[in-house]
Amino acid sequence: MNRRTLLASAALAFGLGMSGTAIAQDKTKVGFVFVGPIGDGGWTYEHNEGRLAVEAHFGDAVETIYQESVPEGADAERVLTQMALSGADLIFTTSFGYMDPTLNVAAKFPNVKFEHATGYKRADNVGTYSARFYEGRAVQGHIAGKLTKSNIVGYIASYPIPEVIRGINAAYIHASKVNPDIQFKVIWAYTWFDPAKEADAATALIEQGADVILQHTDSTAPQAAAEKAGNVYTFGQASDMAEYAPMPRVSSIIDNWAPYYIDRVQAVIDGTWESDDTWDGIGAGMVKIGEITDAVPAEIKAEALALQEAIASGAYHPFTGPLNRQDGTPWLAEGETADDGTLLGMNFYVEGLSGEIPQ
Amino acid sequence: MDLSAINPVILIASLMVAATPILLAAIGELVVEKSGVLNLGVEGMMITGAICGFAAAVETGSPALGFLAAMIGGAALSMIFGLLTQFLMSNQVATGLALTLFGLGLSALIGQGYVGLKPPATDRLDLGPLSDIPVLGRMVFSHDIVIYASLVLVLVVWLFLRHSRAGLILRAVGENHEAAHALGYKVVRIRLMAIAFGGAMAGLGGAYLSLVRVPQWTEGMTSGAGWIALAIVVFASWRAGRVLLGAYLFGGVAVLQLNLQAAGIAVPVELLSASPYLVTILVLVIISADRSRAAVAAPGSLGRVFHASS
Repeated sequence: MNRRTLLASAALAFGLGMSGTAIAQDKTKVGFVFVGPIGDGGWTYEHNEGRLAVEAHFGDAVETIYQESVPEGADAERVLTQMALSGADLIFTTSFGYMDPTLNVAAKFPNVKFEHATGYKRADNVGTYSARFYEGRAVQGHIAGKLTKSNIVGYIASYPIPEVIRGINAAYIHASKVNPDIQFKVIWAYTWFDPAKEADAATALIEQGADVILQHTDSTAPQAAAEKAGNVYTFGQASDMAEYAPMPRVSSIIDNWAPYYIDRVQAVIDGTWESDDTWDGIGAGMVKIGEITDAVPAEIKAEALALQEAIASGAYHPFTGPLNRQDGTPWLAEGETADDGTLLGMNFYVEGLSGEIPQ
Repeated sequence: MDLSAINPVILIASLMVAATPILLAAIGELVVEKSGVLNLGVEGMMITGAICGFAAAVETGSPALGFLAAMIGGAALSMIFGLLTQFLMSNQVATGLALTLFGLGLSALIGQGYVGLKPPATDRLDLGPLSDIPVLGRMVFSHDIVIYASLVLVLVVWLFLRHSRAGLILRAVGENHEAAHALGYKVVRIRLMAIAFGGAMAGLGGAYLSLVRVPQWTEGMTSGAGWIALAIVVFASWRAGRVLLGAYLFGGVAVLQLNLQAAGIAVPVELLSASPYLVTILVLVIISADRSRAAVAAPGSLGRVFHASS
């Protein structure tokens, strides 16, 4: 607890903090750093929804600030320093590439709390949080494997980081389970947000025979490209992307950050915030599966919902053996499930996927 | 690796689509820079054109009106730059950068109500029997009018700059504004016209992105295309033909590398991903390698403030 919050709570305890100016100064300031524009319709959009939920929940007690389209790397450090200097008490950095900048800036501002999304490095004042998107990918993979007629699934990946590789693996495992002939074609876009490039990638995949497109980039451009091509199925990424339902978007993975953000802001207000690592999935409600549209036959939809239910209840883990690595070496034995450590650092494809992961 | 999965005909057709937004913006900026003005606001004008065109096309149902609105929007934004740099004599670099930031913000504001909408389809130009030629028909004769317009435009700009009296005056203003002024040419007026043309072309390029290439509106959707256009003008040493080459190389390699990735070619993805930049820079630098000529390529008064009293 820093001196300011001590003074503030003391003032409140004596009933002296009732004047408007005093309250304004006591506001908890929460900063958000976004990798894309809040209107991207995907990843950043959902983080901003979480921010708005924080504002709605706490009202005048909390002030939020945010910065959009912050490049990952040195620029992020500048933005974070600026935010910390402007008096933010808690800063959410919402992209993997902010990992080192967050730690660097956090070391300079020990009294400011940081929360970094999808990373794995922590410090006393840096916590991490992420969602088990791979649980949603498993459901997508199942639907994709059933829907495809060409047996080619196109996958627009962003950067070769564990989170993205996990998604590819989870989708592939469940697609190949229901369709052993399935083939995944992966394009690494090396961007989170570039609508033109994402659309071009989708078009290239469709031209090469893919009739299901999965994306791990943030804009709705691949949905538009698929719609233009016709008879191609897609899934909303990070956000529902319902404007492309019922076709091409047949379902989606929705990130639901609001409860977590409210929880953590509350912890800072209460002075109980501690650095930790949160990784929740469908069961805890951090990952939601968007409505499966009528373009999906009823029995496939029922199977997908059953799979979702099994994952939510914990009865089924998407990475359950027997599973081999791409080179054929055994990874998980029959019935064994992957531990979080391996999943967090996942840097290999499972058996059956072709191509190499860029290193 | 399965290269047979790549259909060269469709590949060339899609590289033309991918290159057109950059080509339009770059050819506009070429004229601006030839008149001695450095407008770094291409990105801002492009994205403003993207949303103006998108909004107009959605409201009227006509892509043609959309493209027109995009040109007007881009030109209108460029006039802010023109006013600040030509009359108030502000620094062109700073003003251009500010224009980009302003354009990004303005477009996000205008675009509030247009997220998730679908624009009316832009029809391909009916070229009759030409489109039915095998291979070639699909490759080059089945596009929309903007692609052909952009190619004609390159030719017109080249003819204008090289072989017309007006083009000569424009170049004179760009090379030495004081001498041009002494000869009685209206430096500011000529530059304003060039800036407006540049803005209109950037706007058109942006609208091509939002109406044809991606067909949707997303905030920040140009994501750097304007900067690529600026770079291409420099690497093309201010020549229209090389701008065309640069834009098609960049667009072409960008599309090709995605296709190669999807086909699973055994080349490191990092290299493929960087290839559009590497190839474009390499080719344009090599053809512009003649040092003595490269030095004269940049307009002499580029980026310098002009006042009639000086």
